[in-house]
Amino acid sequence: MIAEFGLAALWLAAALSALQLLAGVLALMRPEQAAVTAGRRGHAPSVADPPETGPGPLVRPAAVLQAALCATAFAALLVLFARTDLSVSLVADNSHVAKPMLYKLTGTWGNHEGSMLLWVTVMALAGGLIAAVERRLPERTMLATLAAQAFVALGFYAFLLFSSNPFTRLSPAPPQGMGLNPLLQDVGLALHPPTLYAGYVGLSVAFSFAVGALVTRQVTPEFAKVMRPWVLGAWVFLTLGITAGSYWAYYELGWGGWWFWDPVENASLMPWLAATALLHSASVLAARDALRAWTIMLGVLAFSMSMLGTFLVRSGILTSVHAFAVDPQRGTFILALLLIYIGGALVLFALRAGTVSEGERFAPLSREGALVVNNVALSAILGIVLLGTLYPLLTEAFGVRVSVGPPYFNPVGAIFFLPMLVVLAVGPLLRWRGDSFKRVSRPVIMVAAVGLGVLLLVWLLTGIALLPLLGMALAAMVGVGSFLPLRGRSLLRLPLPVWGMVIAHFGVAVALFGMAADSAFQTERLVASRVGETIRVGPFAVELAAVSPTAGANWTAITADLQVRYDGGAPRSMAPQSRSFWAPQQEVSEVALLTRWNGQLYAVIGGEAPSEAAGETMGQSGTSRWQLRLWWKPFVTFIWYGGLLIALGGTLSLVGRVSEDLRRRTRRGLIAGRRAEALA
Amino acid sequence: MIRLRWSLWLVVALALAIFVLFFVQLSRPKEEFVRSALIGQPLPAFALEPAAESRPGLSSADLADGQPRLLNVFASWCVPCAAEAPQLAALEQQGAQIVAVAIRDRPEDVAAFLEAFGNPFTRIGADPISEVQLALGSSGVPETFVIDGQGIIRYQHIGDIADRDVPVLLEQLREAGG
Repeated sequence: MIAEFGLAALWLAAALSALQLLAGVLALMRPEQAAVTAGRRGHAPSVADPPETGPGPLVRPAAVLQAALCATAFAALLVLFARTDLSVSLVADNSHVAKPMLYKLTGTWGNHEGSMLLWVTVMALAGGLIAAVERRLPERTMLATLAAQAFVALGFYAFLLFSSNPFTRLSPAPPQGMGLNPLLQDVGLALHPPTLYAGYVGLSVAFSFAVGALVTRQVTPEFAKVMRPWVLGAWVFLTLGITAGSYWAYYELGWGGWWFWDPVENASLMPWLAATALLHSASVLAARDALRAWTIMLGVLAFSMSMLGTFLVRSGILTSVHAFAVDPQRGTFILALLLIYIGGALVLFALRAGTVSEGERFAPLSREGALVVNNVALSAILGIVLLGTLYPLLTEAFGVRVSVGPPYFNPVGAIFFLPMLVVLAVGPLLRWRGDSFKRVSRPVIMVAAVGLGVLLLVWLLTGIALLPLLGMALAAMVGVGSFLPLRGRSLLRLPLPVWGMVIAHFGVAVALFGMAADSAFQTERLVASRVGETIRVGPFAVELAAVSPTAGANWTAITADLQVRYDGGAPRSMAPQSRSFWAPQQEVSEVALLTRWNGQLYAVIGGEAPSEAAGETMGQSGTSRWQLRLWWKPFVTFIWYGGLLIALGGTLSLVGRVSEDLRRRTRRGLIAGRRAEALA
Repeated sequence: MIRLRWSLWLVVALALAIFVLFFVQLSRPKEEFVRSALIGQPLPAFALEPAAESRPGLSSADLADGQPRLLNVFASWCVPCAAEAPQLAALEQQGAQIVAVAIRDRPEDVAAFLEAFGNPFTRIGADPISEVQLALGSSGVPETFVIDGQGIIRYQHIGDIADRDVPVLLEQLREAGG
């Protein structure tokens, strides 16, 4: 029953999105009320729109109802997974009666159909929310925006219903279920995809706003202010999603790395880069009414990158550690959607961009100038990542197989990343419109001196490679520079968005320091060790005290007991495991981590090493040797602390913007109330 | 403005080109294995130390003496390498000369492996950091190459050798000889 109920809700939601699109388009085709728009351009909009007739008033309720229905369908799927209803083929394929409850629930989105339903649900909720609360833009722009949102949603509903139905029944129902990939039985996974999806799909709102503004040709500072919280929210989620995903890959895959330039990682990085650029250019548009066409372009680009990412991940067109639905037919379907939405938006942009006037001018040495550098650099990095991700595909078309990895991404990306950081350190000090070098020369010289000092000091003391060395120096510069905007200002009265900027920029410095320190100073040992032996790695002495068998709910394992001393201090225990899951059969390493303020010790136990003498009985303690892999990673945790700080900065900024808007609304409500009283 | 619009259409064209690329690649069957790019090319020059005491090491010069051979890439830690031992033995019995490269291995482990599963190899070189393996264009173990008498790579078999692959390899070896 529940499966049919969910499917019905999904069909109804799809129908409502069709209605939302149709009503929006019909309303837009009616002649514009001239009086309303004449007073609008560039001004604060009036609260009360004249009562509209025709299809227009249908659009907002349709969006809200659609969100509710889609959420209902997702809730139905959650219930099916919670009950392990094996008569539903998706549950039978991806769940198992013996799985812990938490992982039964997370299994809902640990597969292709479920994750696409989550995708659409997040998108519907975002559309419903703007329909319910956003009143600042001219109603026609809102109609166009909601119609665009419905248009995009409709394609993904079609994808779900016609080629990825999550509610298909299976008859007869199997007794147990096929299990879930043991790699995915992890709390990290419970949070990683929903967070990333909230980010990916949140950008759909920016996309729809951009399309809406292109349709009505109204690109105003007000438009940027309306779009900004959405971009900020999506960006915070993307930042958290990428940070969590990176940490998950780090401790779950057992390879000791935190970023692999895997196509799927790139797929999440590219929208983040575009969204970061969009965030900054929207600030310019909001504050100074400049960079109009560029901001629209980035709005289109950011969500295009989200969809491109979905395509790359879902079609199996690229070889990746993230193997999901490898189904060319589904790939072709998403490709068609991509063609319609990205192609359509780009054509619309090319047709309309000329009619969006350029906006205000500014001097090269100004806040805007610095933000343009930021935008150009971020776009260039985006281009580099895109090229590197698609390049293997391009050469494959000509029969040559290559793989592109860190030797390309790291140095080529650094060409733009490092100069961008220099600008990041001093840009926030510049004034809008135009500034003089004399005014900012003292802090600039100070930041440069800090950078140069750290550069020389680290180089002389350690002699590390060029990229980590530059990373250290820039981390110091950005770290100092990020706090300079607080100079001479009252910290108590500082607006939240400024705090947000300061903290996010400081987070960049922290993450950069972590990356540089980890790549420059990590030490690794791979040994085949007997019980009782001690291995030295970095400042640690690691004793393999015991190896014992362990059993869990759906796995058995060998667990190593490691006694670890840091620099001769008191011993602490670590227990890396090598687990064998039995449904499906798979070996998984459970990494053990020892976290100190200055880094992490990372321990992996492999299997039993092949014994020296042939014919020796397997598993005899004392004589057998165990493969142990140990890494000492100084300050590696700073990478994720930095990511969290960046997200925190974004959150503060978002809270600041939203509460500002709410305050203005109440004020306006009070004024309107008084006016009404006076009239009475 | 004219110039701006021109470049915008360029972006649209670029996006279209990417779509076409995606479409072409989606409609093609996916190749699972990484084929060596060196088929028909001479072997890269190398000289490897012996991997076990019982056999001499292997250099590229040993493979350019006029005699076609099979070059087996294996490791003692690799389970499919043990699985293909009977087929390698069959190939040896039917007159194939087989040399080998042991990947990321230890002499004592190689010796134990040969003890347990037989030794059809005339020479075994040790490749502790996969240097020669990568230079051959081999991406995993086991793989088996047919090298003609002039040191040119003629054929690559990826994965363990099944019974049905034995005649194929013998045929390839004969072709390489004549």
